[in-house]
Amino acid sequence: MPRPEPQTPILGTRTLLLVWVSLLALTALTVAVAKGRLLADYGVLAALGIASIKAGLVLAFFMQLKYESRLLQGLAFFAVVTLLTILAGTFADVWYR
Amino acid sequence: MTQPALEAAEARIGAAGAKLGMWLFLFTELLFFGGMFLLYAVYRGRYAAGFHAAAAEENTYVGAFNTALLLTSSLAMALAVAALRRGRRHLSLLLQGATILMGAGFLAIKSVEWAAKIGRGLYPDSTVLLARSHGEVLFFGLYYVMTGIHGLHVLIGICLIGVTLGLTARGRLSAEQPTLLENTGLFWHFVDVVWIYLFPLFYLVT
Amino acid sequence: MAGENGAARPGFYRDAGPRRGCAAWMLSTDHKRIGVMYLAALTLFFVIGVAIGVLLRLSLIAPGKFFTAQHYDQAFTLHGLVMIFLFIIPGIPVSFGNFFLPLLIGARDVAFPRLNRLSWWLYLAGACVILASLFLPGGPLDTGWTFYAPYSVQTRTQVSFAVVGVFILGFSSILTGLNFVTTIHRLRAPGMGWFRMPLFPWTLYATGWVQMLATPVIAISLVFIFLERFFGMGFFDPAKGGDPILFEHLFWIYSHPAVYIMVLPAMGVISEIVPVFSRRTVYGYRAVAFSSVAIAGVGYLVWGHHMFTSGMSDTARIGFSLLTFLVAVPSGVKILNWLATLRKGAIQVDAPLLFALTFIFLFSIGGLTGLIIGSLAPNLHVHATYFIVAHFHYVMFGGAGMAFLAGLHYWFPKMFGRMYDERAAKFGWLLLFVGFNLLYFTMFVLGLEGMPRRYFDYPPRLFTGQLVSTVGSWILACGLAVILGNLVRALVRGRPAPENPWGGLTLEWRTASPPPAENFPEIPVVTGGPYSYE
Repeated sequence: MPRPEPQTPILGTRTLLLVWVSLLALTALTVAVAKGRLLADYGVLAALGIASIKAGLVLAFFMQLKYESRLLQGLAFFAVVTLLTILAGTFADVWYR
Repeated sequence: MTQPALEAAEARIGAAGAKLGMWLFLFTELLFFGGMFLLYAVYRGRYAAGFHAAAAEENTYVGAFNTALLLTSSLAMALAVAALRRGRRHLSLLLQGATILMGAGFLAIKSVEWAAKIGRGLYPDSTVLLARSHGEVLFFGLYYVMTGIHGLHVLIGICLIGVTLGLTARGRLSAEQPTLLENTGLFWHFVDVVWIYLFPLFYLVT
Repeated sequence: MAGENGAARPGFYRDAGPRRGCAAWMLSTDHKRIGVMYLAALTLFFVIGVAIGVLLRLSLIAPGKFFTAQHYDQAFTLHGLVMIFLFIIPGIPVSFGNFFLPLLIGARDVAFPRLNRLSWWLYLAGACVILASLFLPGGPLDTGWTFYAPYSVQTRTQVSFAVVGVFILGFSSILTGLNFVTTIHRLRAPGMGWFRMPLFPWTLYATGWVQMLATPVIAISLVFIFLERFFGMGFFDPAKGGDPILFEHLFWIYSHPAVYIMVLPAMGVISEIVPVFSRRTVYGYRAVAFSSVAIAGVGYLVWGHHMFTSGMSDTARIGFSLLTFLVAVPSGVKILNWLATLRKGAIQVDAPLLFALTFIFLFSIGGLTGLIIGSLAPNLHVHATYFIVAHFHYVMFGGAGMAFLAGLHYWFPKMFGRMYDERAAKFGWLLLFVGFNLLYFTMFVLGLEGMPRRYFDYPPRLFTGQLVSTVGSWILACGLAVILGNLVRALVRGRPAPENPWGGLTLEWRTASPPPAENFPEIPVVTGGPYSYE
C-alpha cells in the first residue's frame, strides 16, 4: 500500500566531512597499531574492531541507516547476525578438530 | 512494459519500496562476500605464521592510500546525493564525476599492485608460490580472489554511477526523484565497507 | 492461447499491449504470464528428470552392468541437477508464487515487475547453459549434484560450464526472493495486516529470506570451483594446504536451507487447501505463520548434519544433531494444525485435498526418518546409502512434489479457466501413490541392508528389493502420465471454470477465472482473516 513515507534527512556538508575525517583518522590509527605492534597478540582483534567502527560510520551516516526505520535497521542487524552464525557454525567444526 | 504501466508500478512501490529492495540486495552481497571471509578466517586461524609472512609482501602505505581514496569517494557520493536532493544539479554532477575518478584511481592502483606481484611470480599455481608454505599459498589465492571480486564490484559501481551521471545531466534524476542516485550510493558505500574489512585482513595482518 | 470456447480463457491471456504472440509473453512483466511460462518450463524439466530417473532405475533392475560407471555417474548427476535446480527449488515459488502472491494479498503485481521478468530470463539462461554443458568438451559432469571438491576441481568432465549455469539460476532465485519479500512488505491491500495475510504468502516470505541469505553462499562456492579449475588457488586442495571439508561447509550452508526453499512454499500450498476442503478456519493460524519463519530460521543452522562422517569435530556434530532435532518441532506444529483443522470439518476429498493429504502422510514419513538420520550413531550406518535416497525422495517428492500437484489441481481452474476430470485425477493419484511407495519404501530397507547410493551395481542378495523398486518406478511414471495427460486435455477441452469452484475465501477467488490483466477491477479492502468459514 503506497503510504507517504517520511524522507530521511538531507545530511549537511559539515556532518559528512566530520564523518570522513573520522574515517581517515581511524585508518591512520589502524595502520599505526599494526606497524607499531602496539597490541601484540590482540592485533587482529584491534584491526577488526577499528574496521567495524569505520564500517559503522559508513552505514550510519553515508548509508543513513541511523535515520532509517526500525524495520530496516532490524533487517540489517539480522543479515549481519546470519553471517556471524555461519561463521560460528563453521568454527564449531574447525576449532575443535 | 509500457511507460504508463512502468510509472504506475514505480508509484505503487514508492521510493521506500525501491530502497528496501536495494538494501535486500546488499544483504545478499554481504553473504556473497561472507563466504570468502569465512574461508579467510579459517585459513588465517590455521596458518597464522604463513599469513603473516605473506602479508609482508603487501605495501601497507599503498593500501592505506587506496583505502583513503575509496573512503573519500564515499564522501563524494554522499555529498552528491545531498546536493541532488537540495536541487544543486551541477554540484551533484561534479561530485558523481569525482566519485567515478576516485573509483577508477583505486582500480588503477590495485592493478599496479597485482602486476607487481605477478611480475615477481606470486600468483596461484606458480612455481615461485608453490615453493612457499601452505599459509602463503592460500593467502595469495585469497588475495587475488577477494580483491578481484571486490574490484569487479568497484567497476560495476563505476558503471552504475556513469548511468546516474547521465540521467542527472538529462534531468531525469532530480530533487523530486533522487531514488536511483540514493540507491546507487548505497551500493557504492557497501563496496567501500567491504574494502574497510579487506584492508586490515590483507595489509595489516600481525 | 485462446480456447475454442471463447468464454473459457482470455482474461490476462488476451494480448492487450502493442506486442503480439511470443513477444507478448517473453517480454511481459505480468506476474501471471511469467508464472504460466515458468510452469510450462518446470513441467518440461520435471518430465526430463523423471525420464532420467526411470532410466537409472532400469539400469538397476538386475545385478550386472548396464551403464558404464562413468555414464551412471553422469546420469544421476544430471537427474539431481535437473530435479533440484531446474524443478524443485524454483518450483512452487516461481509458478504459484508468481501467479498468486499478488492476487492473495490484493495487489496488481509484484513489487518489481521488470526484475521479475529478469528472473525468468535468467532461469532460462541458466537452464540453457547447463544443457549446453552436456555437449561441450568433457561431456556431462559426473560429480553428483553436490560438486564436492577436490573431485569437481580435478574431473575432466564439463564442470565449469555447468557451475556457471547453476550460478545464473541462483541469481534468478535471489531476485525472486527479493521481489517477493518487498512485495509482501509494501503491497498488501488496505486492511490486510500481517496477521490477516493468507498462509501461502507467509511461507513465500520466509522462503524469500532463505533465497536471499543462503543462495549467495553457494554462488561463491561455485565461483571457487570455477576459479580452482582454472587457477589452482588451492582452497580445497590438501596438497596446497586447503581443506575439502570447507567446501562441504560452504555447499551445505546453502543446500540445507535450499530444502526449506523447496518445502516451505509447499507447506504454504497445503495450508491454503486444507481449510477450504474442510470448511474450517485454520487451527492456530498464528502458530502456523510463525512456524514458517521458525523453520526457515532454525533450518539455517543445521547444515552440518550432511557432514557427520566427513571428519568434522565432535563438538560440531553434537551441535548440529541437536539443532536438527529442534527444526522438526515447527514442522510438527504445522502437521498438528492441519490435522486439527480437518478434525470435525465438512471434508470434501476432491483432487486438491487428496494430494494435500498425501503430502501430510508422505512428508511425515520422510520427516520422521530424518530424525533417525539426524542422530549421530545411526547416521554412521545409513549415510550414503539408499536410506538417505529414500528419505529425501519422501520429503522432496512425496512432500514438495505432491504439494506441487496439489497446488496445480487447486489453482488450475483459476489459472487456465477450465476444469479437469476429477476421476482421472484420482486414478492418476492412485497409480502415483502405489508406484511411489513401491519405488521408495523399498529403498529404506535396501539402505539398511547396506546398499550404497550412487552405485551402478549391487550384489545378488539385494536383487528383490531393486526389482520391486524399479517396477514401482514404472507404475509411478504411469501415474504421472495420467495426471499430466488429464490436465493437458483439460487445457483444451475442459469445461469452463467458474470464478470460485471450491468455495475458497481468499482473494484470488474474488476475481474471474482466469483473472484479468490488472487482477482486480478495484483493489479490495480487507476486513477479516483469510479463512473465516465460521
